[in-house]
Amino acid sequence: MKRNTISVMLAAAVAVSAFAGCGKKETDDERTPGGSAADAVQQTTEGTEAPGNGISGNTPSSGEGSVYYLNFKPEQNDAWQKLAERYTDQTGVEVVVITAADGTYEQTLKSEIAKTDAPTLFQVNGPVGLRNWEKYCMDLSDSALYSHLTSEDYALKNDAGEVAGIAYAIETYGIIYNKKILNDYCTLDDAVISAPEEIRSFETLKAVADDIQERKEELNDTFGYELKGAFTSAGMDGSSDWRFKTHLANLPIYYEYRDRGISSTDAIEGTYLNHYKQIWDLYITDATCEPGLLSGKTGDEAESEFGMEEAVFYQNGTWEYGNLTNPDNGYLVTAEDMSMMPVYIGVEGEENQGLCTGSENYWCVNSQASAGDQQATLDFLNWVITSDEGRDAMANSMGFTTPFDTFGEEYTADNVFIRADAAYTAEGRTPVTWNFSTIPSETWKNGVGSALLEYAQGTGSWDNVVSAFVDGWAEEYAASHR
Amino acid sequence: MEKAIRKQFFIFVLPTLIAFTAGFLLPFLMGIGLSFCRFTTVTDAVFTGLGNYRKIFSDATFVHALWYTALFTIVSVITINVAAFTIAMLLTKGIRGTNLFRTVFFMPNLIGGIVLGYIWQILLNGVLERFGKTLTYSSAYGFFGLVILMNWQQTGYMMMIYIAGIQNIPDELIEAAKMDGAPAGTLLTNVIIPMVMPSVTICTFLTLTNSFKLFDQNLALTAGEPSNRSQMLALNIFETFYARTGWEGAGQAKAVVFFLIVAAIALVQNRFTKSREVQQ
Repeated sequence: MKRNTISVMLAAAVAVSAFAGCGKKETDDERTPGGSAADAVQQTTEGTEAPGNGISGNTPSSGEGSVYYLNFKPEQNDAWQKLAERYTDQTGVEVVVITAADGTYEQTLKSEIAKTDAPTLFQVNGPVGLRNWEKYCMDLSDSALYSHLTSEDYALKNDAGEVAGIAYAIETYGIIYNKKILNDYCTLDDAVISAPEEIRSFETLKAVADDIQERKEELNDTFGYELKGAFTSAGMDGSSDWRFKTHLANLPIYYEYRDRGISSTDAIEGTYLNHYKQIWDLYITDATCEPGLLSGKTGDEAESEFGMEEAVFYQNGTWEYGNLTNPDNGYLVTAEDMSMMPVYIGVEGEENQGLCTGSENYWCVNSQASAGDQQATLDFLNWVITSDEGRDAMANSMGFTTPFDTFGEEYTADNVFIRADAAYTAEGRTPVTWNFSTIPSETWKNGVGSALLEYAQGTGSWDNVVSAFVDGWAEEYAASHR
Repeated sequence: MEKAIRKQFFIFVLPTLIAFTAGFLLPFLMGIGLSFCRFTTVTDAVFTGLGNYRKIFSDATFVHALWYTALFTIVSVITINVAAFTIAMLLTKGIRGTNLFRTVFFMPNLIGGIVLGYIWQILLNGVLERFGKTLTYSSAYGFFGLVILMNWQQTGYMMMIYIAGIQNIPDELIEAAKMDGAPAGTLLTNVIIPMVMPSVTICTFLTLTNSFKLFDQNLALTAGEPSNRSQMLALNIFETFYARTGWEGAGQAKAVVFFLIVAAIALVQNRFTKSREVQQ
């Protein structure tokens, strides 16, 4: 009997210690959502408490419920954490912000949303993303958030016409250029242009880039630069390839949609692919590196080439402003030296083309969350876009241009690229819309990216790009609609 | 005491059993179930029958990944085991600094696959840069890059197993063979290799399954570039799951097929090498 007791106690001790191990592991898992996304950045506003456990401590002012925001943009994580903390201090409503590690948002969302304490607020990237998450998006047409939108265009609607997502950040991309170097170039003998503003077509852009590429030694000797090429490396590493397989690919898609008068399609014709080839040829020829090395070149390398004045042109967007001007990076280029020009691909009438402006960041409220959590989430969002703290954080800390009428002059994000965009629009140029959110799948982008890379390094022909672009589109559309 | 514990064995097994069930068995069964479903999240699935299995064989990347993986497995199993055995033979001859060598050869095994992948990517790209190429220039570079990486990582581990096997051979057996005038070649093929067959079984099993299931190194070294031509099965499954809307189930179905293939190969291999083992 005594022995039995001992053995049972022993067994219990073993079990308890084993479970203690299990328990710890579970908490760890919760702290790093998605498992594989181990480097996910996250903090809760109230220690390690899991979301959805109701309100603790402070007196709640807006009913029950809590907010769990699964944030997409790692660069804005700190600002969101601070904002969430501020909101909790003011209202007592718990707000948890978790940021998925770069490039793992879909994975993280997939595993997070299956949990009991699922995100109440998440985001999709446009119509294609919405198709995946439609079931989880509640109708926002009665929300205050929706009523503050400046344009219907910024609401993402599902097939039933319900407002499933609301854009919260408008972004712009184009060709970032170094004004100082370009101006210095213009003073050279026989320069193709006499002022940077004269570049208003692909033809001029190419002439200038070719000339800079050819005369970079002359520029270096005369002005003391260390130019390596006209364009930064068109890196096809995963940290950079989206600039070409998604953002650059948007231009031929945009022009085709415009000609056909459509906003999405099940089969792209590729009528502007010759233009796509032109600009890609330019990127890889007048560049800082040999095309054979592109596959290994990263986004950071391109950024630093531009920052260290080793290149004049750099295709990227408004979000790069922070990195380029961050003193910690030690870049030579200053805010005043930078500006942005449209991506000219040689289409007729492109002298009136503006920058590419749009959004792929839509807030969605989880339709499967409890009514209390949903209300808490909507209240939080409303606070973000109407309160002084919220607007200040969105416009200044995060640097977003927002589509809400509550952000007046006072809360306008200010950087040279946003100003350039405003100037182009004021001039009457037509902004290029973001149509890449209608790209049928990630697989399509990967196919085009790989074909672009193989073409660049000479192991594949342009026909493969055309086939990945046109046939790939039809295949992917069919594959994801089966 | 022993008897009492034996009676309570279930209680002792329970913690591990629960962990095994929750961490392996349930997800595994759930995975099989999900391969017959259409789903966005794993808790919310709709049964669709065999549709996912039909999808995977219409997917050319899957078939390519299958062949690529098979070829890689054959090459790396042979190279790793030959290298490991050779080094093990050298390091059981009582050369000076044997322990240091053993440690050095074993060390790479302590570094994680992702880290190794990136380290070797930098190293190999550094070499290829001289020729104006990179690892992802063509799938052949990626292939040999992976073979080199895997050899570097796994040889040390297999070497340890072989050393243990070689040291287990009774000295008198080798002495007797030598006294009978067996030349080194015969000694190797007729005495040493038959005697280390159990080690061979373990090593081939480990290298075979490791190579077939390779994921981290593949992801870090080439990520399947160019055009998925250097993509191995595990990575292919991962990409299928995340890269297309509505293909989660197909990814799951691929994983089931993958499991069947690995299990079949491992069983056949085990039976084959085991049949060659000799009794002392």
